Amino acid sequence: MMEPRALDGWSSPSAVAAIARAIGAIRIDRPVTLMHVCGTHEHAIARAGIRALLPEGVRLVAGPGCPVCVCPARDVDLAIAAARRQGTVLATFGDMMRVPATEGSLESARADGADVRVVYSPADAVDLARERSGRTVILMAVGFETTAAPIAASLAADPPDNFLVIPSLRLIPPALRFLLDRGAGAIDGFILPGHASVVIGRAGYRFLEEEYRVASVIAGFEPVDVLQGVHSLLSRIAARESGPVMNEYRRVVHEDGNPKAREAIDRCFAPADAAWRGIGVIPLSGLALREPYERRDAVRALGLEAARGAVDVRPGCLCHRVILGEVEPEECALFARTCTPRSPFGPCMVSSEGTCRARYTYRRIAG
Amino acid sequence: MCLGIPMRIVSRDGNDAVAESSSVRKQVRLDLLEGAGVGDYVLIHAGYAIERIDEREALETLDLIRRVYEAGRRDDPA
Repeated sequence: MMEPRALDGWSSPSAVAAIARAIGAIRIDRPVTLMHVCGTHEHAIARAGIRALLPEGVRLVAGPGCPVCVCPARDVDLAIAAARRQGTVLATFGDMMRVPATEGSLESARADGADVRVVYSPADAVDLARERSGRTVILMAVGFETTAAPIAASLAADPPDNFLVIPSLRLIPPALRFLLDRGAGAIDGFILPGHASVVIGRAGYRFLEEEYRVASVIAGFEPVDVLQGVHSLLSRIAARESGPVMNEYRRVVHEDGNPKAREAIDRCFAPADAAWRGIGVIPLSGLALREPYERRDAVRALGLEAARGAVDVRPGCLCHRVILGEVEPEECALFARTCTPRSPFGPCMVSSEGTCRARYTYRRIAG
Repeated sequence: MCLGIPMRIVSRDGNDAVAESSSVRKQVRLDLLEGAGVGDYVLIHAGYAIERIDEREALETLDLIRRVYEAGRRDDPA
């Protein structure tokens, strides 16, 4: 067998049924809202139909956990401007291709002749820069801590001078603070993102237990992982205690995360205020390149300018409320009508991890 | 986007390695992982190994989950 035995069993139907039963046996006398902040969780939850297994009165909502969805239109506008320059190649993760910019998308820019390439890894973009030494290769650097680490590693490994990035990375802990500060009492518990947690560790969330006293659990992405996370949260909530941040993804998440990954990020970047699409600026939630890597910032190096009046939320789109867990995708009049994966109107319908896209793809199963 | 794929390292040359999952082989980078070696199961994100997968921990947790919930089931009068 090619897969380790340890990776089997996390989606076993009997285990799922047993945990779902245990969840059903927890008595809570009030409605409860749990939020996850991870596109991979949303995709897993929608695919496995987890919401249908939860007791009445327990809502499991998706927060701003899809990096593609929260990437501001201005940054996509800048990427398109970079791609249209003579002598440039714009490299991007595939998820970004159809994200609506103020006008068009990277995909439509490519159709118009701009050189836009989809890469799987920042290392692929660096290879592209080596192969195309006469061109400037610009990586659209979108993602959370998980992706910031590989991008930092690619910058630290002495790439050629014609490799630049458009920094549009975001950090999870400042977003959690923002969510808690704005809606006191609205969120009863957090399911924390498994793979961002690989980097920052359980220690990265200490403020949740010390300052906010909100029940929180780090969970993985198989059905058993997610249900185990829900069970842990509901047990705490039923007992009316928040307790320490729980780690139910111990097979990859350690107390201090991955120190080497965090060092790579800290070496290349410094926290900076950053805008989240449809939400606004969240203090110190982004990453700006720091010396000596500042010269890799394509926006500065090429003097890229975004047109004024970037449009994050197009009229009629509810992505900005979906992303905060305020409305369900189905409550948007455009959902599955004007807005579909083939022709996304808002950013949450683009990536397979966008809340609207995941809901659309699995809507028959989700019921 | 933060998708992590479990793969096994089959060969390495410095920070360049080949990892395998089912029948897929991929070039991956080990810059972010201290001391990863051939045979280790790792989590791959965007072409980089970001963590080792602790197989023993995984098995123990699964086993614990099974025992706890199955015990709960036996105690359940319904």
